[in-house]
Amino acid sequence: MDLIKPGFGLVFWTIITFLILLFLLRKFAWKPILGAVSEREEGIKEALASAENARKEMENLQADNERILQEARAEREAMLKDAREIREQTIAKAETEAQEKASKIIEKAQAAIESEKKAAMAELKSHVAGLSLDIAEKVVRNELSNKDKQLKLVEDMLGEATLK
Amino acid sequence: MFVNSFNVRTFAANLKEGILKPQRMTLSTLKRTVFTVLFLSVFSFGFAKDAKEGGDDEKFDAKSMIMHHVKDAYGMHIITLNEGKEDEKHITIPLPVILWTDNGLTTFMSSEFHHDYHGHEIVEKNGGKFVNVHEKIYQLNAGETAVKLDEEGHPTNAEMPLDFSITRNVFMMWISVAVLLLIFFTAARRYKKSSDNVPSGIASFVEPLVVFVRDEIAKPMIGEHKYKKYMPYLLTVFFFIWINNIFGLIPILNGANLSGNIAFTMVLAIFTFIITTFSGNKNYWKHIFWMPGVPVPMKIFLAPIEIIGIFTKPISLMIRLFANITAGHIIILALMSLIFIFKSVAVAPVSVAFSLFIGIIEIVVTAIQAYIFTVLSALYFGMATEEAHH
Repeated sequence: MDLIKPGFGLVFWTIITFLILLFLLRKFAWKPILGAVSEREEGIKEALASAENARKEMENLQADNERILQEARAEREAMLKDAREIREQTIAKAETEAQEKASKIIEKAQAAIESEKKAAMAELKSHVAGLSLDIAEKVVRNELSNKDKQLKLVEDMLGEATLK
Repeated sequence: MFVNSFNVRTFAANLKEGILKPQRMTLSTLKRTVFTVLFLSVFSFGFAKDAKEGGDDEKFDAKSMIMHHVKDAYGMHIITLNEGKEDEKHITIPLPVILWTDNGLTTFMSSEFHHDYHGHEIVEKNGGKFVNVHEKIYQLNAGETAVKLDEEGHPTNAEMPLDFSITRNVFMMWISVAVLLLIFFTAARRYKKSSDNVPSGIASFVEPLVVFVRDEIAKPMIGEHKYKKYMPYLLTVFFFIWINNIFGLIPILNGANLSGNIAFTMVLAIFTFIITTFSGNKNYWKHIFWMPGVPVPMKIFLAPIEIIGIFTKPISLMIRLFANITAGHIIILALMSLIFIFKSVAVAPVSVAFSLFIGIIEIVVTAIQAYIFTVLSALYFGMATEEAHH
């Protein structure tokens, strides 16, 4: 039954050896190895995180670009639309103005014609009156000198004074 | 059960009658041999003893051979040339014997016993007479000139002095420490050299193992926040056990069986026990002495079980590693012994095939046992530091 009886010497040396091994490995192996491993892992984690951030930023930028482009396009369209409207308005306005002016001119012209016509009529009337008076005078005169002559005169006169 | 008892009888009969002739090796004998192997591996103690008692001078003593391989020894025996002849020659690495006797420290080399472990060779040093009886050193009582053994082979007229000898297990332990330091110091230096902590050379071999212990053993068993404190112990235990398991399998080292020695496993289990006990928090002790969440009679009932549990945990650690490694050695040696028990070369292919098979399993077991010891240690630390969350 020696097999299951721990020998004193081996227990003694195992304790000492194990403690020394633990101390040495802890100080000169596990610390640097685990430190390096965890440092590297941290580095990888950080690198991944920053890559992710960069990706997100990139996405944001792209979204911004897209938005700006959209806005520009919208603005351009709006401007074009405005321009078209203004042109149409201008044309329409010019047309109406022209129409108005033309109709005013026509009105004025008509008014002038009317007044000229009235004046002409009045003049004509006065002329006719004068002429009539003259005729009447001459008729009267001829009448007064010679009857035949007088008649002839009237007839001549009448023949002259054809109303046009 | 029937098969077993059948084989017991067959095996016993074979041993009593003597030798199984090569001509009689049939398929059924082969089958029986297979069963016998399994049987022998479990009960090798008792049966080998039978062989010893009933045998003549030529009789091969499997038990004593196996026990001498599995147990510790004062010298590192490599090979015996011309065995049993006039010019018999042992090739052995002598190791220092260090004893603490009544006359103070006594040291001499193990070679002074001249490979004798039956107590015949008496070494006189520092006023004491020392004999080696089955790799245990005894100091003869004053006035005695020869060792007297009782029926069980224990000396009756000698005392055991305090023995600090550098036995072959201690020697192999130091070699394993040297190898471990070499491997891990080199690995650690690799990291210092590289600017970006990228492993190269041996570090790239070591790192996955270290990370395995951290991520698969320490973190899940102890917890993300507390595992760091226990990492040096877990890593050291894991690699120390593993490398000694591997060294135990190297045949030329004559099976220096350190991790299959109960002294070694006991020391490691005690370390785990001490660390567990000292890192136990309020919650841990509460679970032992006054289990929360159960009725009072149950609490009283559970307390003694839990108190026993404190001690059975490290004891199971100790026995598990010791028994697994020793059993592996015994199986391989028993398989090899079959050749000599049957005195037949025809058994050799079977023996070699089976020991190769077991040998490959043992290679896996070296890592598995190191892993299990470390995992359970980590588990106990985890239990000791667990916070209450009921």
